[in-house]
Amino acid sequence: MSEHDKDIDAATGVETTGHEWDGIKELNNPLPRWWLYIFYICIAWAVVYWIFMPAWPALPGMGTNTPGIRNHSDRALVAESIDALRSARAENGAALIEASVEDILADQDLRQFAMAAGESAFGDNCATCHGAGGRGAPGYPTLADDVWLWGGGLDEIQHTITYGVRQENMESRFSMMPAFGRDQVLSAEEITNVAHYVRTLSGLEEASDASIAGQEVFEWNCVACHGEAGTGDQFQGAPNLTDRDWLYGSDMATVQATIYNPRNSAMPAWGERLDETTVKALAVYVYALSGSEG
Amino acid sequence: MTALKPTPPSDAQPMYKKREPVHPKLVSGKFRSFKFAFMALALAVYYGLPWIRWDRGPDAPDQAILFFADGKFYFGPIEIWPQEVYYITGILILSSLGLFLVTSLFGRVWCGYACPQTVWTDLYIAVERFFEGDRNKRIKLDRAPWTFNKIWRKAAKHAVWLLIAAATGGALVFYFHDAPSLAYNFFTGHAPTTAYVFVAILTFTTYSLAGTMREQVCTYLCPWPRIQAALTDEDALNVTYRWDRGEPRGPHKKNDTWDGRGDCVDCNACVTACPMGIDIRNGAQLECIHCALCIDACDDIMKKVGRPTGLIAYDSDKNVELRAAGQPAQKFRLFRPRVIIYAVLISAITALMAYGLFTRSTFELNVLKDRSPSFVQLSDGRIQNGYAIKLVNKRIDPKNIRLEVTGIEGADVSLVGEEHGDLDVEIPGEGVTRFRMIIKIPEDAVDGNDRLRIVAIDTETGEQDANFIPFSSPRRN
Repeated sequence: MSEHDKDIDAATGVETTGHEWDGIKELNNPLPRWWLYIFYICIAWAVVYWIFMPAWPALPGMGTNTPGIRNHSDRALVAESIDALRSARAENGAALIEASVEDILADQDLRQFAMAAGESAFGDNCATCHGAGGRGAPGYPTLADDVWLWGGGLDEIQHTITYGVRQENMESRFSMMPAFGRDQVLSAEEITNVAHYVRTLSGLEEASDASIAGQEVFEWNCVACHGEAGTGDQFQGAPNLTDRDWLYGSDMATVQATIYNPRNSAMPAWGERLDETTVKALAVYVYALSGSEG
Repeated sequence: MTALKPTPPSDAQPMYKKREPVHPKLVSGKFRSFKFAFMALALAVYYGLPWIRWDRGPDAPDQAILFFADGKFYFGPIEIWPQEVYYITGILILSSLGLFLVTSLFGRVWCGYACPQTVWTDLYIAVERFFEGDRNKRIKLDRAPWTFNKIWRKAAKHAVWLLIAAATGGALVFYFHDAPSLAYNFFTGHAPTTAYVFVAILTFTTYSLAGTMREQVCTYLCPWPRIQAALTDEDALNVTYRWDRGEPRGPHKKNDTWDGRGDCVDCNACVTACPMGIDIRNGAQLECIHCALCIDACDDIMKKVGRPTGLIAYDSDKNVELRAAGQPAQKFRLFRPRVIIYAVLISAITALMAYGLFTRSTFELNVLKDRSPSFVQLSDGRIQNGYAIKLVNKRIDPKNIRLEVTGIEGADVSLVGEEHGDLDVEIPGEGVTRFRMIIKIPEDAVDGNDRLRIVAIDTETGEQDANFIPFSSPRRN
């Protein structure tokens, strides 16, 4: 530095950095000493850190980086805290396996534990289709109301979650509405008429010539599953056609489309993917969403 | 403004600004005695408080003052939960208003006597004095070559400083854990890592702030001196050099006349006594912490030269101006608008907090409405809303709570898992119990703008907590 010509600011007598922007120069004022010391301490700290903590990329054959003498690993710490969490949950989790879903719901502690576990499991696994809080979507039943295709009791919900809907396992909920239009069981006119009739069941439209004609079609083709009055059958998963709840929609076009080519949608068998504790917690949570069996 | 003159450049301009060492001389007098007494009191309180016990029953900590134990704050009989953190806010507000009040009355007494920076710096200077002697000896020792005498004195001083620093950090962690068991665990190596980390941090800060940085903390780091100017006024009692009486200053020989000159004999006693390294005779300044040690120093000299004491004294700017103009000084005005405002604010907030503390609830009801779905329509046409009910019991004993829902006719209320319609629940002590409440209301009884009042009633004491919460339904006009 000393061989350079110093640029001294005339007004303050302080040396400038020599940089100039449109005639403005920066003064080179000294740093406070404590500031400088902190800088040195940081450098020293870095060296200490290298010794104790993983820091430098390692030489070939030594792994990915220098391990440091503390052998610190964030990955190991996470695994440790997950284990700690598992063992903390083990007591209540074991109690969930022991108890029936009814007992879980009746016990204040177990219920709170199951609700909390069920809520997080629901968010991870179920909310994608059924919506947050089981609000439902077209084609995906609302779980927060009192309408249940396969039954809304605790055991029935647990069964449905465990074995799924229209899965290959023997216990799965299974039924299949025929494709009345696609398979040419009914003519287009018959489908239109029966759709009108179905809509009169829940008061969506007034009786008409078409619906009266449709009633005959209904009695021949639909009552086996949906019942004579159209109130459905939970053993077969046949929806109640007289209530205000429509899985796919209640407008004429949707009802016609459903009769022509039913969707027969499916749900995975969660018992194959989740442990028993989680399934039970989910059953309690889903039951509690509506609070009624319908 | 005087024009800045260019100073000649020096060849070896340093990259950092060097601290001018301050070696305050020990003075004796009433302020020095008070400061030592206050230091003893402050240190005793700081080190002693965590060791005071307070019986709260078998399942609660028995430490009188305990912070963040399970998220709670304990102050003797008072137990503050995290959701009541506004009491802590209240204490902070009271503390700052208290500072404002004393500052507008007596200037920076906080800085001069009570601030931890002042207390610990004073303690560190006492240690320094013990090993290295008073001001002149210390200056001489600093200049002296590194002999054995200098080395052991310096080493001993820093060792004792570090010991005090470690003890300072050590005492702080006791406020956050049961002190006796933590003390045992600490020395047997079983204390939580955070305890060691915080002791280390506070050892470092105490050692550097009180040992090596000292007056620089007040001048450069602390915001308080900068706020000061807005809080003090010409009526406040500040440590003041009475220039009306002292000037013109100059050396005085025995038997010389005192006519036509000031009382200040320019002996520099006030400067050498100053722990901030300033000259009080330059008037009020940012660096001055108003520790009043210059008063003791000056009074001592005034007695020796046979003049009245109080050339430097607690005085107001206004009185100095008045006397300089040949008018009589005013009496200290205790009741000024700002003093009254601060006092009123402090009393009001204290009263408010006391009221809140004495009437605060032993339990709490928090109702959260389901947002998704905000409502469902049941097959019979009724509208259903779901609510998460949280009952917080702040007492150790269980409570029997009855829930009541009012606001809409014909509401069918049930708690999931309880008997239908049974809204009497028992909740365990010290914690939060959650329930799910389902409310069903006929469609024609609601219009989309409905509100419910949910009340939790302690069936034994009758204490209540109510929440108002909306009931969602399809909006109808």
